[in-house]
Amino acid sequence: MTMAEVTYRDAVRSALREEMERNDRIILMGESITGYGGSYAVTKGLVDEFGPKRVMETPIAEAGIVGFAVGAAMGGLIPVAELMTVNFALLALDQIVNSAAKFHYMFGGQFSVPLVVRTVSGFGQLGPTHSQTFEGWFASVPGLKVVMPATPADAKGLLLASMRDPDPVIFIEHSLLYSTRGEVPEGPAASVEVPIGKARVAREGSDVTIIGYSRMLLQALHAAEVLDREDGISCEVIDLRTLRPLDYPTLVNSVRRTHRLVLCGEDWRTGGFGGSLLSELQDRCFDDLDAPIQRVAMRDVPLPYSRELERTLIPSSEHIVEAVRRLS
Amino acid sequence: MYRRMVQIRHFEDHAAEAYAQAKVGGFLHLYIGEEAVAVGALAAAHPNDHVLGHYRDHGYALARGCDPKRCMAELFGRETGLCHGRGGSMHLAEASRNFWGGYAIVGSHIPIGAGMAYAMQYLQREQVVLDFFGDGATGNGIFHEGLNMAALWDLPVVFICENNLYGMGATLAEESPVKDMIIKAEGYTMPSLQCDGMDVLSVYEAVQKATEHCRSGKGPFFVEALTYRFRGHSMADPELYRDKEEVRRWRALDPIPRFGQFCVDRRICSEQELAQVAEDVEQEMLEAVRFAGSSPWPDPSTIDKWIYAKPIATDGDAVVEQPASAEVGAVHGAEAAR
Repeated sequence: MTMAEVTYRDAVRSALREEMERNDRIILMGESITGYGGSYAVTKGLVDEFGPKRVMETPIAEAGIVGFAVGAAMGGLIPVAELMTVNFALLALDQIVNSAAKFHYMFGGQFSVPLVVRTVSGFGQLGPTHSQTFEGWFASVPGLKVVMPATPADAKGLLLASMRDPDPVIFIEHSLLYSTRGEVPEGPAASVEVPIGKARVAREGSDVTIIGYSRMLLQALHAAEVLDREDGISCEVIDLRTLRPLDYPTLVNSVRRTHRLVLCGEDWRTGGFGGSLLSELQDRCFDDLDAPIQRVAMRDVPLPYSRELERTLIPSSEHIVEAVRRLS
Repeated sequence: MYRRMVQIRHFEDHAAEAYAQAKVGGFLHLYIGEEAVAVGALAAAHPNDHVLGHYRDHGYALARGCDPKRCMAELFGRETGLCHGRGGSMHLAEASRNFWGGYAIVGSHIPIGAGMAYAMQYLQREQVVLDFFGDGATGNGIFHEGLNMAALWDLPVVFICENNLYGMGATLAEESPVKDMIIKAEGYTMPSLQCDGMDVLSVYEAVQKATEHCRSGKGPFFVEALTYRFRGHSMADPELYRDKEEVRRWRALDPIPRFGQFCVDRRICSEQELAQVAEDVEQEMLEAVRFAGSSPWPDPSTIDKWIYAKPIATDGDAVVEQPASAEVGAVHGAEAAR
């Protein structure tokens, strides 16, 4: 298979473009996604290619956008709704949780809601209301699928899979990953698609398992390099890729070999996704563990604007290195 | 239309009785008094037009022709219910009739109706969406987001506001600066009509005009039906917020005898025939209650069914690749009813 080196941003865009070419029931909708190209320029140029009926400029109305997309999905379309950042997705939480996630179940399987909500987490001196991430909230809801790609190949492959899935998918990109580059396979969608619900062993190792996703996967890989070089610790790094459904077998198999585990996320320690993951893995792996499971997470503080304050809070590879060293 | 209204009235009476006997649980919101709105509107619409309603939804289901037995069974939480006991009173739906359900987060289905109308426009279908909600929903931001988008994109959706003067226990004066809901449509340049929601012909006429407007590609339309619920908000409502005299005044406008009288006066039918309708319907509803009461409970082993159309293991164990269930294949989007 031929590969091309592209950015995460271009990988997302090419998934949208290719699937829109293949399936004219796919529509995009969101705030400033046409002329402006989206606040992270992901949809740039798509309106010229597909026209305003398929790339819809919407009012600033997050709940309305998702509600509208749910209705369009019920009417036979496959909407991909962009919410500018996950912070604004809170305005649409009712439509995501009470509408998209419920209808297939509460109406007894009569119809499904094939919908993708694309949104973005991240930070960078954006202040307390624009620097949050809530994947744990979405992942706690039965009926949703939650995807957080870390690499360009996964961004493309998982988005293709999301657009082909009959259920509502929350697809969370990361603002600090958009310019990262990576190899992405080229070819028919079936060969590029990455199935929802499969984790990936991103680096093999034998002493400790580090589980990350999205930006934290990159931080974990960096930490593994450092630990190998400076401490001679062999880290296995696993990319969750999807938070719901969770690929427990891959995680459990790794912990059974390494007997040590570090969980990494950017969300708050209290109530964050890592908390429920920890509880579940402790249940499944208790006899295999040689040490308490360690978590790297955001301190329970609203992320401040000031660069120096922000820097002390953002979970990074240094925090992961420290967590692994605590285990040894 | 007379028969449909009587059907709803008797269905609701039996539902209330079953609730008192604890055969129906949770919340039960009765449509008694408002029958003319659902019946008049759905009689004016095409049978394949899409219908979305709110939590007081039994009237839409019956007016759309759903089987009273399966509606009652849903209230009883039985497997034979329209939604196999998963939804309950507030979430009746029958997608094969393009009745998409009762939605119980107030106002949430207003943009959903607009989105469905967009799909009809995009797929170049003639179908119109009828989106019902109450006066209380107009205070919610989602109402305005939905109307804004529908007007912005000229979507074929009729917004039908049942103004029954109360948002649960709040009076209209307490929840809205204007008493006529059609004023709220004006800000979105949406044409509107106010009709007498206690007169089935008045509703019919207004909704007929509205659907014609939508079908001709002129965009959304807003209908306000002035109506009244004779019973409380739900069965749990002691009705401390409204006086008995007001209820008595509105009861005098009961849409069923009113339309019955109209039919007799115009010699469309006799009083005996009306009495026969009531008797037939009563038998039908007794049968519905019997059916619901004798239907099986849903099998607990099916409790995870329908969380996903493409299932994942819900115990969080191995990801199981399963083919999409047959039910999903049967109705995806509005496919089945087209």
